[in-house]
Amino acid sequence: MADRLTMPQTAMPAAGVRTPSADIYAPQWRNFMFVAPFLFFFTTLLVFPLLWGMWLSFHKADTFSSGNFIGLGNYVRLFHDKVFLQSVWNTFYFVLLTVPTLALLGLFLALCLNRRTRTAAVLRTLFFSSSVLSVTIVTLIWRIVFIPNVGLLSTIYGWFGATAPAFISDPSLAMIGIAIATIWWCIGLPMMLFLSALQQIPQDIYEAAALDNASRWQTLRSITLPSIKRTFILVVIIQIVLQFQLFGQAWLMTRGGPNNLTKPIVLYIYDTAFRRWDLGLGAAASEILFILILIAAMAQYLVTRSRGDQT
Amino acid sequence: MSAPAVSIKGRAFGDHLLLALVILLSIVMIAPVLWVIGLSLKDNAELMADPNSVFHAPYTLKNYINTVGTSSVFIWVRNSIIVSGGLTLGTLILSSLAGYGFARLNFPGRDVLFVIVLFGLAVPEQAVLVARHQIFSVLKFHNTYQGLILPGLSAPFGVFLMTQYFKAIPKELDEAAMLDNAGRFRIFWKVLLPLTLPAQATLGIFTFLGAWNDYFWPLISATKKDMFTLTVGMASTQTNFAQSEGIGFLMAQAVFAGAPILIFYLFFQKYIVTAVSGAAVK
Repeated sequence: MADRLTMPQTAMPAAGVRTPSADIYAPQWRNFMFVAPFLFFFTTLLVFPLLWGMWLSFHKADTFSSGNFIGLGNYVRLFHDKVFLQSVWNTFYFVLLTVPTLALLGLFLALCLNRRTRTAAVLRTLFFSSSVLSVTIVTLIWRIVFIPNVGLLSTIYGWFGATAPAFISDPSLAMIGIAIATIWWCIGLPMMLFLSALQQIPQDIYEAAALDNASRWQTLRSITLPSIKRTFILVVIIQIVLQFQLFGQAWLMTRGGPNNLTKPIVLYIYDTAFRRWDLGLGAAASEILFILILIAAMAQYLVTRSRGDQT
Repeated sequence: MSAPAVSIKGRAFGDHLLLALVILLSIVMIAPVLWVIGLSLKDNAELMADPNSVFHAPYTLKNYINTVGTSSVFIWVRNSIIVSGGLTLGTLILSSLAGYGFARLNFPGRDVLFVIVLFGLAVPEQAVLVARHQIFSVLKFHNTYQGLILPGLSAPFGVFLMTQYFKAIPKELDEAAMLDNAGRFRIFWKVLLPLTLPAQATLGIFTFLGAWNDYFWPLISATKKDMFTLTVGMASTQTNFAQSEGIGFLMAQAVFAGAPILIFYLFFQKYIVTAVSGAAVK
């Protein structure tokens, strides 16, 4: 996708070759009709709500009105709200638990499964398959794995006469339980991104290395890893953006408990705006999340752009 | 000649070790699913008495019969099909038109508008949810199909994808028709659109899957039980876990909801992987 971005943006017919083409590419208002339907929805349901949300974050608002202007009041409340600060910490903790694991495990699987055998193809299909399930099914599966007595984990521990760790109710393990379910759910994408990067490495470099009798480890360290460095950074950023938006797993597995220890920012927004109907405060919290995600998205843009320049 | 032979042997050993590790990981991937299928085939009372009973007969289809017979699952499936289908159709139409417009035609302010649309890619759903919910409350769109479908139509990814795709088609194809003064829409419909079928398939499957699995917006917009989508509906039955209806029943629901998507995935794997990776990298 990245190198397509660098294609010439506008049609510039070679001068003098076709004079009439100057006319067909002249700006015309009627051409706008093709983009107008999309722009209508884009403006009313994305641009306007984005600006309206910013406006709301400066107001004390409920469901039907924007209420009174209170300036930065909502933001001040947020930074004095222990639950919100906890949710910011929880989100960062969750990102720290999942993103490095997803990137390294995804890379490992891609390195192992980057071959033309039937087994590798079947395993690639398998490792990506969980990604197509909805969050409801994923959490249902993992709650049944972690649940005491009938759960898969406690059954396996039972065979050895041991007690399984309580991944959902133990305060120090609950977030790790959510992270395990998330890694299981999301491992497909990093693996696929690494696989497509590995396939773009020119094969003749490997042939040259093989002639030089380079060991597997040497080949990996001096050829493979340097060639996919950018993809690695990209995968990490994509996963940071995705995992920052943790909601369903936490809401369905633990309801944010015990003691708000697994409540991420999005769940705080959901609670505040749609259960306590404090829309202004919820909007302010979502602006803060937006800024955090925007920083990561900017980084992603810079990485993809610099790759585009290189090729 | 002996040195390379040793290294090839070592290589084979390493290969086996890595393969064993990957197979171990694949067991971790698949064991929870098999466990769920196993539980869905067991009687609840027996399961409560001894979880190890999963590993031996008797098995029963009772939980599936209950899923199909008594719950609201079919209403939710119908809602999910209407919402995902409507959103997919709408996205394909809007994205194709806009993609053609941005890629091939010129109009005042085109390049600025396209950059603004690209910026839209960076806006996370959460940044617009609160305001969108308030707007839909005023319009009385909650608990309606348009309330569930319309927000997805504002997503810029499809436009971005189709614009790239139209740009990659050789200009000579439609330039000739344009010089003959054929109508713009005719060129779009007759000449270019048929060439974009692979992109339509990728975008269509991606949009459908995303809408089918969406959780947050349906959760806050559809609050009446008969307007739930499958994702929200299933989540609503999860709350009374292990109590009223029994674990086997919940697991049967999970299998019932998950199996069609997995089969769909096996058929359209290529498109799904292309679309998901494409959407991630943008």
